Amino acid sequence: MEEISALLQGFSVILTPMNIGLMFVGIILGVLIGVLPGLGGANGVAILLPLTFTMSPTSAIIMLSCIYWGALFGGAITSILFNIPGEPWSVATTFDGYPMAQQGNAGAALTTAFTSSFVGALLAVIMITFLAPLVAKFALKFGSPEFFAVYLLTFCSFVGMGKGSPFKILASMALGFALASVGMDTVTGQLRLTFGQPELMRGFDFLIAVIGLFGIGEILLSMEEGLKFSGKTAKIDPKVVLQTWKQLPQYWVTSLRSSLIGIWMGITPGGATPASFMAYGLAKKMSKRGSKFGTGQMEGVVAPETAAHAAGTSALLPMLALGIPGSPTAAVLLGGLLIWGLQPGPLLFVEQKDFVWGLIASMYLGNIVGLIVVLSTVPLFASILRIPFSIIAPVIIVICAIGAYTVHNAMLDIWFMLGFGVVGYLFKKLDFPLAPLVLALVLGDKAEDSFRQAMLVSQGDVTIMFSNALVGGITTLALVLLFWPLISKVLAFIKPKKPDEFAVERPVD
Amino acid sequence: MEHDENSEGAARTGVATNVVEAVVAVVLLVIGLVVIVESQRLGSGWTSDGPGAGYFPFYIGAIIAISGAGILYQALLGKDKKTEVFVDSVQLKRVLSVLLPATVYVLAISLLGLYVASAIYIALFMVFLGKYSWVKSVIAALIVNTVFFFMFEVWFKVPLFKGALDPLRFLGY
Repeated sequence: MEEISALLQGFSVILTPMNIGLMFVGIILGVLIGVLPGLGGANGVAILLPLTFTMSPTSAIIMLSCIYWGALFGGAITSILFNIPGEPWSVATTFDGYPMAQQGNAGAALTTAFTSSFVGALLAVIMITFLAPLVAKFALKFGSPEFFAVYLLTFCSFVGMGKGSPFKILASMALGFALASVGMDTVTGQLRLTFGQPELMRGFDFLIAVIGLFGIGEILLSMEEGLKFSGKTAKIDPKVVLQTWKQLPQYWVTSLRSSLIGIWMGITPGGATPASFMAYGLAKKMSKRGSKFGTGQMEGVVAPETAAHAAGTSALLPMLALGIPGSPTAAVLLGGLLIWGLQPGPLLFVEQKDFVWGLIASMYLGNIVGLIVVLSTVPLFASILRIPFSIIAPVIIVICAIGAYTVHNAMLDIWFMLGFGVVGYLFKKLDFPLAPLVLALVLGDKAEDSFRQAMLVSQGDVTIMFSNALVGGITTLALVLLFWPLISKVLAFIKPKKPDEFAVERPVD
Repeated sequence: MEHDENSEGAARTGVATNVVEAVVAVVLLVIGLVVIVESQRLGSGWTSDGPGAGYFPFYIGAIIAISGAGILYQALLGKDKKTEVFVDSVQLKRVLSVLLPATVYVLAISLLGLYVASAIYIALFMVFLGKYSWVKSVIAALIVNTVFFFMFEVWFKVPLFKGALDPLRFLGY
């Protein structure tokens, strides 16, 4: 098989002591980010991105993606030990993970969470290995209208799948687009929305926005509750790990189902958060022990963790193959690729074979390294949580400032970061979703370019979006999703709907 | 982190959520209109070589304005508007106790550079908000900044802002 030999080639690229070292560093930093309140995956990767500027693209992406895996692993630690979900997708893990820890089974709960994460990620990587080249080959046939249709689909699905006011989703998204259009217009060279400020010529970097919105915003939100923050210790000994591993295979159906949910939600921009809730809800419904869920069932930890990791990993498929990230963190990684002059999308598979397959190979290895690291360092990370918040909070703000400065070596960016922080705080409190804003900021230029090219081809005729079955199909699907809030209201009017079985979160990541 | 709205228990006074929402909506509406006007100035129509520079932003501005109006309507006249307190005085004080020093900190960065300003900021934060002793706070601030210094300047060779006064010039970085 072509993919297998390409993958083996990928392994040969990444298997250098330097890269393996970077993997460990990345995972440890990632877990740290996942554990620390106020630092999410997207934000963490954004802050640490400048560290990789001096590396080769392959080494850099290995480290960044390992930070990502680490952050995904780290969220489980706080959920289980302290009932504090470090990341939105670990909320569902607290339902059974925390009760397990309360009953003295913290080690088993953590082992279950880490192993399930690993299984979810592994299945998603296998899917990426075989599917990404196919999608890329298919996407090579895409013209500008098709690309714009895919972008449209990405953004419309936020409106269709998001909970809450569709106006807020639209506002957040359009704000992202508006911010993306600030600066020099790539086609005409005109300065747009700069209002005579030369500093704005560069435009708004999405990294600054991410650091402010997620980092500073979260700190401000956490501060509302004061500086109280306390934790406990946890140990994992090898015996518990082996015992847990013996028990886990009996939940293979749950694992498989949750992986599939995760993979699907990751490819579509639903994200890890709804995936974890959906997997938990379905497991509760379908399991024999469903009625006991919430009291510390191992299966209740397996389902959300597997799904969250599968989703987090498979979000990289559309990023690599189409240049469309499935999650904010994938969007930040995409920004990184652009900084190194790599254009994600179908051509990446043709032009940068070593890089792509190196990255995919690193996903396999990174997750194995991740599992080893988290299983062996839980006490260390749990002890970090005992550092009082009044030390962690200023350190995080300092890290954010450093991160914002290093993007362009511009002082003004630190001010922007602070401004975005206030916006993030307000938006979070008012239930404006932040993910569409970040994605629009990242994809704004590319979406606009493909839109303008499509309009040029058709001489301004919008019906080009329906000119063939492919583009027409994607556009129609996008429009259905866009108007889904209205359509579902009409449907509910015709047929009264059943009450929700389980809570579905807004797609945060 | 989970967010508990009623952490204080006692009666909370302050501005209602939907009022803040309405203010944000008005700001969005204004931003939308500004984008529309600016796009028209740039050329939001069809030019001799295709769509003008303001073609795409024009529609974006329109979407912002329309959603701003929609949110404004929902906040003031909607069926399930949120009338609970957006932030009470205790919470506001806590948020400002971080936000205002952070603003001063950013100001200090431009003068003293990232390392010195950060060390002072962490130390003061710990002393005044965390109620730590001066000795502990200064030691923690120095350790954290030394780690950052080695990480950025020495290992990863990413130079950070040294400030207008450049107090760390003697280190040679």
